[in-house]
Formats: sequence, structure tokens, C-alpha cells
Amino acid sequence: MRDASPAEPGDERRLLVLHTGPLTTVQDAGRPGFAQLGIGRSGAADRGSHRLANRLVGNLEDDATLEVTLGGLVVRADHDLLIAVTGAPAPITVGAIVHGANAPLALRSGEVAALGSPPRGMRSYVAVRGGVRVQAVLGSRSTDLLSGIGPDPLRVGDIVPIGTAYGAAPDLDLAAVAEPTEGELTLSVRVGPRADWFTDTAMHALLHDRYEVTGESNRVGMRLSGPILERSRPGELPSEGMVVGALQVSPDGQPTLFLADHPVTGGYPVIAVVDRADVDAAAQARPGQHLRFRPAGDPAVGPAPSSRPAKTTMEPSAFIT
Amino acid sequence: MQILTVGERALLVELDDLDSVLALASALRAQPPAGVLECLPGARTVLLHCDLDRTTLRAVADAVRGMGSTARPEPPSEVVEILACYDGPDIDDVLTSTGMTRNELIGWHTRTEWQVAFCGFAPGFGYLVTPHALSIPRRSTPRTSVPAGSIGLAGEFSGVYPRASPGGWQLIGRTTATLFDLDADPPALLRPGVGVRFVDCR
Repeated sequence: MRDASPAEPGDERRLLVLHTGPLTTVQDAGRPGFAQLGIGRSGAADRGSHRLANRLVGNLEDDATLEVTLGGLVVRADHDLLIAVTGAPAPITVGAIVHGANAPLALRSGEVAALGSPPRGMRSYVAVRGGVRVQAVLGSRSTDLLSGIGPDPLRVGDIVPIGTAYGAAPDLDLAAVAEPTEGELTLSVRVGPRADWFTDTAMHALLHDRYEVTGESNRVGMRLSGPILERSRPGELPSEGMVVGALQVSPDGQPTLFLADHPVTGGYPVIAVVDRADVDAAAQARPGQHLRFRPAGDPAVGPAPSSRPAKTTMEPSAFIT
Repeated sequence: MQILTVGERALLVELDDLDSVLALASALRAQPPAGVLECLPGARTVLLHCDLDRTTLRAVADAVRGMGSTARPEPPSEVVEILACYDGPDIDDVLTSTGMTRNELIGWHTRTEWQVAFCGFAPGFGYLVTPHALSIPRRSTPRTSVPAGSIGLAGEFSGVYPRASPGGWQLIGRTTATLFDLDADPPALLRPGVGVRFVDCR
């Protein structure tokens, strides 16, 4: 991305990176279809926020945006640009004025926009009208931190090329969205495919206790800490395909929730899979936050019921035969 | 064959052995059921990602069950040759554990018809299988860095590291072949179903 070559001097639509924060990557909808070559999908960790940011500036939903982890990105607009920030609600300082998230914001050429530290959530998405136009790799501009495919994470001094705007800019001031929470999150799961590798006690713990997000968390996955999920059988699982949202349980009995850059295959059993819609919320959870899992379709939210669930509530969904 | 659901929109087809995986994966590549976006073989499974706007998990499961009963192992769609120099740092350990001589090991590895069963671990890393498999234990301590092009053995598999990475396989040789190239189409030399023949560089 460092050798971006815009058309005409003085007419470049681009951002100059002055600070990156802890981690800023380019993300779009990812590169589906290459898993059988060992290449995961990648893409925005919180796809809903990524799409909203694009809609706010009149882009296509899956134009590339900047995924900013815990704020700290500072950019200078080298052209008049329209931006929007969604996801973790980082305050955006331009000159002496602090702007809020989830609203389109016009930057004049030469102006500097600085994302502060978001009070809640992990990842903010910065869409720029026209889209981030770094070189696509295998059909996607996403950085895959596990496979190393896609553009490098942003560095100070990088020039981020911006595409040409098309269509009319949307006429709105603010999108009403639920921001990431700092409290306990309840995520819908489907048990299986390897629920039968675990004891009834383990399944009960997964669905009724809570798990803390640990600091060993990144775009690949979030290591969780909570009651040990004990196996009902010994032995190794032959490597099999993995999906985003999978709760893979390592030999120490702790689950890892797979996010966008998860490995395409894994050798530990998956006890349950978080629904796609709830993976976005999980991707905004910070270390120290607590997660609860409930079977999809179960209206019960909140504290665990005191009685053990009937075992049959989880079995029918695990086998399609 | 057992078919398990994986979350809302994927199925995991569980099979008895690797031959059945190769056969089903090959049949699925030739004629994917409607609405199947991607099929990803594993060691004993095939994972199917489904487009629920176009199909249901049940319809895909029915289609797969029909294919599974008739699928037969297919010969490789193509065979690639990989020039190999058998001077890996673990070759003596492998000779000890197998009781083979160096020439026997090289003869086995080069005369065996390998086929890519599935990929994973890293872009372009193929798990190669053969009907004449040995069973080689992994190194007790994985290396923190295995050089690109290293040829290894582990369990029933052989494989070539497309790039430098950590790894626990027993390294018996190396190649200068390019296993993964983003500018190539397809980018991976070794893809499920492709046959591989190693050629001794001596």
C-alpha cells in the first residue's frame, strides 16, 4: 500500500496515516472460497458495523474500511473526504471539535481526524466515501493476520488510497444503533458438531455458567476462561474444517471463540457454534468482559436457571439424520 | 456416514476413513449440490458451507447421502512432480523409528503415489496421503521455525511447508518448488485431489 499511485498530483483522494493506535487493518467482506487451499475468509471482525460505516457514506456495503482496534488512529485527509466511524464508539477529534460515532463527517483537505479511545467495545470501523482502495489479494482487501495474506497492518507514514465516490451521498445525520455493551453478553449458540465429546456437566456449564474474555484474544479468536469443559472421551480429533463462531475446546478444557481470521482446520473438538449475527457482538467484547451462551431459540436470557436443562433440548439440532 | 450440523449454515459429513473422504470430496467437486458454497475436506470429514437463500441443510444432507453411497475414489486430476533433496535434519530419527535404510526410505517416498487429501495449517499446505503409508510420530518438541520447502512426515501424512513456520513434523528433505504463489491461478500448487510424485534430486 506504500506504493499507491494515484492518477494526478493534487487530485489524490487519500489519507495519510499519522498514528495507527495498537492495530489498524484494512477489512472488507473477506475472501470466501479458498478454504480448501488453506486460506481462511478473514474480513471485518464485526461485519454489521463495517457495513453500517459504508452505508453512512454511500459506499457499497462491502467496500473496504479501516478496522481500528481500541482507537488511536490519526489520519490527515489529502482531499475533501466524507468519513464515518461505527462499532466501538471512538470519539473523533477534528481541530477543536469532538464528533460522535455513527454519523457521516466531512473532512476538508488538510484536516486531521484523531480517533480517541472508545469507552466500550474493541473495534471501530472507519469508512471513507469512495472506499479504501489498497491492492486486492485473491479478490479481497482484507488483512488476514493468521495466514499473512492481504495488506500489512497500517504503519505511520502509510498513504491509504481512496476510491472515487459514486452515487449520491446519503442524506442523514445519525444512524440509531445499539452500541457495544460493557456488561455481560449473551450469545446464541447451536450445540455441536462435537457435543458428544463432552460430559453432560460440561454442556451444562457451557450453557449456564459464564466465561470471561481473556487477554489472549485477537482477530483469530478469543481465549475464554471459565468452568472446565470436561471431555467424555479420550483421544485426538482428526483435523476437520472450522467455522467462524466455533467454540473449540483445547485439552485444558477452556474454549476459544473463533473470529474472522480463524484457522480453516483444527484438531480440537468444537462443542458449539455461536450464531453468525452474535459473532459481531463477540468481536466487540473486551478482555475481562463476561459471555454467556444460550441455545438458539431459547428465550431465556440472563442469570442461569437453577435446574438442569432436559438433555433433549440440545440433542435434536446436533444430528440432522 | 454421519452428517452433523455446524452452527446455522454448515454441515460436517463424517466418514469412516480417508479413502471415503477423498471419494466424496472428489464427487462434490465434480457435482456440488445446489446451494453449496464451499466444501472443505478434513482427515475424516467434509465440511460444507451452505447458502440458505438457495437451499436448506436438510436438502444438502439428502443430496450428500445419495452421493456418498456411490462415490468411488478417483485417480488424481493431475500429478505434480516435486524435486526433493533427502537431507532433512530428522532423517536419521525416521530411519531409526522405521528400521529402514536411507535408500529404502527415499525409495518409498519417491515411488509412492501421493495425493493431496486436504489443506490446512497454512496457505498451500497439503496433507499428502498414500495407500502405502508409514506411521511416523511427530517430533516430541516442535521446532519454532521450519524453513520453507521442508518436506516432512507425520502420522500417515507427508507434506511440504510452503513458507517458514513453526512445525512438529519430522523433516526428511527439502525442495525449491514454489508451493504457494498469490500471483498464480490457482495460488496453491497442492490442492485436494491433486497427485504428487517426489523426484530424488541426486
